[in-house]
Amino acid sequence: MAELRTEQMVLNMGPQHPSTHGVLRIELVVDGEVVVDAIPHIGYLHRCFEKHAEAMNYQQVVPYCDRMDYLSSMNNDLGYVLAVEKLLNIQVPERVEYIRVIMAELQRIASHLVAIGTYGLDIGAFTPFLYCFRDREMVLDLFEMTCGARLLYNYMWPGGLSHDIPPGFVEKTKAFIKHFRPTIKEVNDLLSYNEIFVKRTANVGVLPADVAINYGASGPTLRGSGVKWDLRKDDPYSVYHKFDWDVVVGTGEMGTLGDCWDRYMVKVWEMEQSLRIIEQAIDNIPEGNVQAAIPKRVRPPVGEVYVRSETPRGELGYYIISDGSQNPYRVKARAPSFVNLSLLPEISRGYLIADMIAIIGSVDIVLGDVDR
Amino acid sequence: MNANEIHDKIKSQFLEGVVEFKPDAVVEPFIVVRPDLVREISRFISEDPEVKFDYLMSLSGVDFNDGNLGVVYHLYSMEKRHRIVLKVKVPKDKPEVPSVESIWKTANWHEREAFDLFGIMFLDHPDLRRILLPDDWEGYPLRKDYKVQEYYQGMKVPY
Repeated sequence: MAELRTEQMVLNMGPQHPSTHGVLRIELVVDGEVVVDAIPHIGYLHRCFEKHAEAMNYQQVVPYCDRMDYLSSMNNDLGYVLAVEKLLNIQVPERVEYIRVIMAELQRIASHLVAIGTYGLDIGAFTPFLYCFRDREMVLDLFEMTCGARLLYNYMWPGGLSHDIPPGFVEKTKAFIKHFRPTIKEVNDLLSYNEIFVKRTANVGVLPADVAINYGASGPTLRGSGVKWDLRKDDPYSVYHKFDWDVVVGTGEMGTLGDCWDRYMVKVWEMEQSLRIIEQAIDNIPEGNVQAAIPKRVRPPVGEVYVRSETPRGELGYYIISDGSQNPYRVKARAPSFVNLSLLPEISRGYLIADMIAIIGSVDIVLGDVDR
Repeated sequence: MNANEIHDKIKSQFLEGVVEFKPDAVVEPFIVVRPDLVREISRFISEDPEVKFDYLMSLSGVDFNDGNLGVVYHLYSMEKRHRIVLKVKVPKDKPEVPSVESIWKTANWHEREAFDLFGIMFLDHPDLRRILLPDDWEGYPLRKDYKVQEYYQGMKVPY
């Protein structure tokens, strides 16, 4: 075979390919079936979040944050309001902090369920997707009874929350936890340890830890490579330091450390940890008024702040510059999906075209977050 | 290490490199460094065993609206668990900053984004193209004096 002359070919994957989870185009340079290079082209969903933010006041930015990573709106809002509160130097009531943590963790479960379900779908397993969406629906019901919205909540405001939790929320959340624990096992039986699934994902798209750090990877993508790094533990914000839970890292159980299976499995076990946090928080919500600390006018002093928080996809940072007026002078969102996607070429070289599907899905990007 | 110690460390190596140090800034202290030395300083603080900034959290372009553009580097050290903010300022008519892509790969896309939205030229960047906007877009939207182009590819831009 050695004397056969081969030629490289350019193959476009997307922007309408179902496995790209949105409008992402990847320019693949292939030699036969082998990927020589993968160049992501992004920006199809760019909505000028940062420009918009400069034109309105601090409170009005919150709904835009919802729309960046539309699968984890609660976490996006949380990061933004934390940044504004730090700039304003205000303390919010403990009740608000507890409810925020509960919402953020419920959102993390809902987001991971989409990631896991659609990842199975990419690989060719249809049933787990239905299990995941059935349970995600229950989380969305909890959000709906709290603030009326199922996807984009505008729930967290600088200084407080738009609504207190409604009567029956605590019981319903506990019922959800009881129902959901067995689902994790079901997902593992159906998908995680499924022979075909393991064959498709283990030893594929290996990301070494030092490369991950150099590229600024975060969230499950970084932890999948065995780096014990979670901002909720390592740079704690809100009231996360009060709860007892573990950071999940990849172990290379099925193949190589940092492969697609590890990145996937971190998400599965993280849902378990989120349940633990919710369980501890739900019974200890202090009394108080969730709107007591909301300032009438948000007018931070001249200054700037960079606050980061852990969303389901990794480190979401807001860099806000205030010039003392009611509108932010500059808002920069450091989106986790944007950074994680930038290492895609690094982990796809040398694998087959079919593996690209597994690799893209394992990085778990949301294009609204990439393009902002 | 706190910001003062990190500042002293940089100053001991690059006496001329530090333009301004604000330890009492709201909310975080920052160091303004000379644009032409930013790569050398970055390499130094990423390799020096005492500071070891191995993680570039964020790289943002800024328009200071006084004829200057800027780049802000938010750095973190996974090993030493400390952070610092570096800034450079460059004139708007010649916004050239050396790229730090060879030190932190995170900078690759972030610098492309700052180029795309602010028009900051990153010298020696391997692949400096627009990233979020179309390749043939005119102007740099996040500059404070930006005017939206009237037509794009024969379509009226509706603003």
